[in-house]
Amino acid sequence: MLWGGDRARAAPDLLLNTYAKDEMETRDPIIRLFNVSKRYGKHYAVKDITIDVDAGEFIFVTGSSGAGKSTLMKMIYLAERASQGQIIVDGMNLDRISHARIPYLRRNIGVIFQDFKLIPNKTVYGNVALVLEAAGERSAMIRRRVMQVLETTGMADKVNAFPPSLSGGEQQRVAVARAVVGNPKIILADEPTGSLDSESAQSVLDFLMQYHDKGATVLIVSHNMQLISSTVRARSISLADGTLVGTATML
Amino acid sequence: MFHYFKRAVLDILSNRFLNVITIVTIALSILVVSTFVLFFENTSRVIDSWNQGFRLVAYLGESFTPSMLPKLTAKIQAMAEAGEIRFIPKEEGLALLKQEMKNRSAFLETLEENPLPHVLEIRMKRTGLEWDEITAFAKTVEQLPQVTDVEYGQQWLGRFLSLFNLFRVTGYAMSSLFFLIALFITANTVRLALYSRRQEVEIMRLVGATDRFIITPFYIQGLIQGTLGGIVGLSILLIIFLVISLNLQESAASYMLFDIQFLSVKYWVIIIFGSAFLGWLGCYLSLKQFIKY
Repeated sequence: MLWGGDRARAAPDLLLNTYAKDEMETRDPIIRLFNVSKRYGKHYAVKDITIDVDAGEFIFVTGSSGAGKSTLMKMIYLAERASQGQIIVDGMNLDRISHARIPYLRRNIGVIFQDFKLIPNKTVYGNVALVLEAAGERSAMIRRRVMQVLETTGMADKVNAFPPSLSGGEQQRVAVARAVVGNPKIILADEPTGSLDSESAQSVLDFLMQYHDKGATVLIVSHNMQLISSTVRARSISLADGTLVGTATML
Repeated sequence: MFHYFKRAVLDILSNRFLNVITIVTIALSILVVSTFVLFFENTSRVIDSWNQGFRLVAYLGESFTPSMLPKLTAKIQAMAEAGEIRFIPKEEGLALLKQEMKNRSAFLETLEENPLPHVLEIRMKRTGLEWDEITAFAKTVEQLPQVTDVEYGQQWLGRFLSLFNLFRVTGYAMSSLFFLIALFITANTVRLALYSRRQEVEIMRLVGATDRFIITPFYIQGLIQGTLGGIVGLSILLIIFLVISLNLQESAASYMLFDIQFLSVKYWVIIIFGSAFLGWLGCYLSLKQFIKY
């Protein structure tokens, strides 16, 4: 099992496409937000945020409950549209993106949800394979890639299990496997460790670090300060009441 | 495509109850529609066969004498519709009547004179004439001076045809109604399936699935439901038809004036394609709303 710890360094190359490597070397912003606001009625969930995220960066988005962290994430993968301002992700202006192009944007973004969002009546294999099936990959290639990723996340022996029969930590590993199986340039993780014990939380973080080391951009929404402080070379963005209140870099 | 087909079949198997209900509803609708088609096809065939051997009987008046026959026959034969003409003198008519009445014909012996008129039996030259053409021909014959009356079963045949037309209109109305019911049920099944799987559909979208990837299995599912419904409906009709026609052959064969035939292959194909289209349309109506997000 290659999950977590020192074994993280043995991650196979499948977790990275060459394009992502190039992005990392040039360090161009891969996500850009210009004066972005999100309003529900009269209430602002996110207000006037401007930030650039460089390709290959590792970022924590922190803040108390209701600070707008999750809304910010959702706007990046277009689960929500910004009320004002502009968001550019991997060269695509989300304000102008057509309905038909949204799936292609999402294939470049692997999302890990706090509640895992696994399909209960699909097996572990089926849940992870869904990403590649949706992208129209060949079945032989899907099988190979899914098995490799499940091996890496330590879930290969649960390939035929259904999510409800798995523990929280195991479900989160499947969710992580699903997020990375399509080799996305960006990983967005919304409280990925929120419902896990400290050991499982550290394992998830290790895996994401390992994926990041291969060139991907990782954004994690978290208020687990212990976890954040243990991560080196990461930038932390703090939100309060929907506005940006500070940034810091862990050295 | 195989992948979509596999997903559609798996979806049907995982929602068996809902799918069986839809298939049964489509089958019942198809059964009603195809019963009407069966009735119309057979009735039209019978009407055609009547038209083909159609006879017209002209009753000749007191002024007619057998010496006028060649001239009268020539006049009628000159008309385009007239075919073979047979003259039945009133004596022959009385003899036929006696023969038909057998034991009850004694009272005919008491008659002082023959009350029956001379008769001309005219067959149509062309087959499959329209009802209007037959009526027009009968009127022309009736206008001949020696002819007092013309009979061609106009009253009962006319009534039958208007009844047939009434059935036809009712058939169209019933078929449309059942088509709409089946359409509504199919659309509803797809909607229910979508609602029951909205979490799954949402997740598919979030991982980059296109609308086509999500909805194609639903369309295939609709086509499968429609086709199966059509086949089941037609099979039920065939079974009912076989049972009824076997019973009729045993009990009433001697009274049967014509053979009732099952639907032709052409109608099988049309009905099954129509049924598949019904399934597809039901999906389309549900998914059209669903895709707007």
